[in-house]
Amino acid sequence: MRGATHAKWAACAVAVALAATACGGGSDSGGGGEAGIISSSWGDPQNPLEPANTNEVQGGKVLDMLFRGLKRYDPETGEAKNMLAESIQTTDSQNFTVTLKDGWKFSNDEPVTAQSFVDAWNYGADVRNKQNNSPFFSDIVGYDDVHPASGEPKSKTMSGLVVKDPKTFTVALKDKFSTWPETLGYQAFSPLPKAFFTDHTAWLDKPIGNGPYTVDSYTKGTGMKLRKWDAYPGEDKAQNGGVDLKVYTDNNTAYTDLISGNLDLVDDVPAQQLKNVKNDLGDRYINQPALIIQTLTFPLYDPQWSKPGTEKVRQGISRAINRDEITQQIFRETRTPAKDWTSPALGEKGGFSATACGDACVYDPAEAKKLIQEGGGLPGGKVTLTSNVDTGSHRDWMDAVCNSVNNALGEGPVCTVNPVGTFADFRNQQSSYKLTGPFRSGWQADYPLIQNFLQPLYYTGASSNYGKFSNKEFDDLVDQANRESDPAKAIASFQESEKILAEQMPSIPLWYQNGSAGYSERLEDVSLNQFSVPVYDQIKVI
Amino acid sequence: MGRYVIRRLLQMIPVFIGSTFLIFFMVYALGDPVAALFGDKAPDPATAARIRKDLYLDQPLWKQYLHYMGQIFKGDFGTAFNGQSVTELMASAFPVTLRLTLVAIFFEIVIGITLGVISGLRRGKSVDTSVLVLTLVVISVPTFVTGYLLQYLFGVKWGWVRPTVSPDAPLNELILPGIVLALVSLAYVTRLSRTSIAENVKADYVRTATAKGLPRSRVVTRHLLRNSLIPVVTFIGTDIGALMGGAIVTERIFNIHGVGYQLYQGILRNNSPTVVGFVTILVIVFLLANLLVDLLYAVLDPRIRYA
Repeated sequence: MRGATHAKWAACAVAVALAATACGGGSDSGGGGEAGIISSSWGDPQNPLEPANTNEVQGGKVLDMLFRGLKRYDPETGEAKNMLAESIQTTDSQNFTVTLKDGWKFSNDEPVTAQSFVDAWNYGADVRNKQNNSPFFSDIVGYDDVHPASGEPKSKTMSGLVVKDPKTFTVALKDKFSTWPETLGYQAFSPLPKAFFTDHTAWLDKPIGNGPYTVDSYTKGTGMKLRKWDAYPGEDKAQNGGVDLKVYTDNNTAYTDLISGNLDLVDDVPAQQLKNVKNDLGDRYINQPALIIQTLTFPLYDPQWSKPGTEKVRQGISRAINRDEITQQIFRETRTPAKDWTSPALGEKGGFSATACGDACVYDPAEAKKLIQEGGGLPGGKVTLTSNVDTGSHRDWMDAVCNSVNNALGEGPVCTVNPVGTFADFRNQQSSYKLTGPFRSGWQADYPLIQNFLQPLYYTGASSNYGKFSNKEFDDLVDQANRESDPAKAIASFQESEKILAEQMPSIPLWYQNGSAGYSERLEDVSLNQFSVPVYDQIKVI
Repeated sequence: MGRYVIRRLLQMIPVFIGSTFLIFFMVYALGDPVAALFGDKAPDPATAARIRKDLYLDQPLWKQYLHYMGQIFKGDFGTAFNGQSVTELMASAFPVTLRLTLVAIFFEIVIGITLGVISGLRRGKSVDTSVLVLTLVVISVPTFVTGYLLQYLFGVKWGWVRPTVSPDAPLNELILPGIVLALVSLAYVTRLSRTSIAENVKADYVRTATAKGLPRSRVVTRHLLRNSLIPVVTFIGTDIGALMGGAIVTERIFNIHGVGYQLYQGILRNNSPTVVGFVTILVIVFLLANLLVDLLYAVLDPRIRYA
């Protein structure tokens, strides 16, 4: 029968296809198995894993295991301590002499020299290499030669960087910047081995660094196996045999794997699981402040928000937000109501102040109503909040904030939400100054310095000043702080500048974002640093 | 037959061009991918300009499209932001999803048609009613609910399977995700074949076959089933494409790094080469599956001829 042979043929084809595709299967060690190895959740890094090109947590996590820089932020206190640097000296807060410690090398046995730093920094600054973190080098003399605003660079190296001998180099800055050495713990300033420049593709496939771990294997989009480097010369040797990072698309799935024993560590407990987490993990759940703050920024480039008197309206909106309730109800205390424009992870010594915002951040519906009326009412009688809603429960809290404002004002639904589908689209609208109402602005600090929370966001013309806030007095105080060589005085000056933010309210501090993590019974000594990244090298496997 | 196939293949060209252009346009409308690369920080203008130039994003949309199509015909689907070529991503993602899809289709065919035949032959009986109720429940529950539920029950509570799939995604680990992915379609297949069988069971040729004294099993499989399968085959054929593209939810739940995962990442990061490349392949899969379905009609019912 003709039909029958056709059908048989089709069945065979399916069988062959099934068999052929099954060939890919193989053994997998899985999580929670190998002795001394930690398995941990990971997200696919957004960019290739180059130190000067990595500006998000997932890539940063790996760099923190692979690299050690001149300084390193103490995972507990955030203090910038010398790591490879023997000393960083200056007499004028503008010209620095960096001396390296002896005995450091990359895991391919190449010694770490002054040249390793200078080459890496020049590479990071060069516009031709398209590194996301280039602006971190913009304080150095000669940056404009390698990174012109347009056209081809005039040079491959910055004149402000001079190698004196294998252990010493000098850095000339364009302006005085007293806390500049403290910024050097940031990963963009990591040294790079020669292999990075000679065989870049191979390096990207299997990065070589000078940190406590080496890369055993790296499958992009799937995972990375890092192993303890036994010959690591530093004091912070890895306390475990290695870390297997596994890429998860969904943090819910990672959490499921953790509680069913397939994974040792998740560094992001999903919001939906927060109600179970104490039950599931007990004290193996970590929830601590990180260097992240969420704010609502006002579009001060829009005349209706910047005319005189509207600062009262802005303050009024701030006072109409019930931060305590929202952080409890929606975020289950993984956010802390904000009391200033920095983060408690800085510590009091680092400039965090629980009083900087003062009454302006305290919920008081009656006062809110009064302030908004005094300020001439909401522009056009309404206010619209904008944020991307693809991640981070943004939709939920925006609804809650609007409800809070509407209830406080009692004028019906005057506050509405404008949800934007993707982060990219939101960033587009935000950076082209198209928004006409307050919008979310999240800020994760690059280094634990109060400067990093204020200057890039509120200084006139600063890179991330999306609301175009401009205030002479504020700028002067920031300048003064940067010139100040005594760190305590510098911080006092920054805190002074925060008072202007409290008066003008260019952005409403909402809450500080905590880092959250959970781990299996196999691990101990698990902690998060200020960037909410686990301190992998300190984790012990029982 | 041959001319028919060639005509159908030629028809694919305008569909292919039209769909890629639409997708290209839609991804472009999502916003500036380069701005999102810099996280919460403002993009450095000079660096951003370089990246745009490299990715051809500084050109007008129609030029970008032409450039892209030119690349595709050279076999180059562009580069994702993490530096991997899209063809590399495809090579790792498509086999995994194909495997998952085949597992799903397998369950659809075996369970779906069996249930459909049983309930179709016993129309109005309690078996039929319970199958109808059951399929209604399955259809009305969204995939992510059944996915998380089955994952919790089988993976966490009873520990029968691993709750997630390892990177290699071997077939045995794909059984549970495959069932989850198949469930809704499976219910449709059941209902389609039930209706079809119930209609045809009273047809003259079935009566004739029974009257000839053929055994019941032969009447059902040879005469009844073959004629009743045409709508089911149509559905399953189009479902191949739908399952491959629609695996986003299932792949997320079970952490399978297949097409759904890459598409999701691509959309989230506004990475047009990834999204357009993957969807282009999916469009081709769709078209080929439809062609295959049309050709299968002739196998099932010799009365259907193509010119």
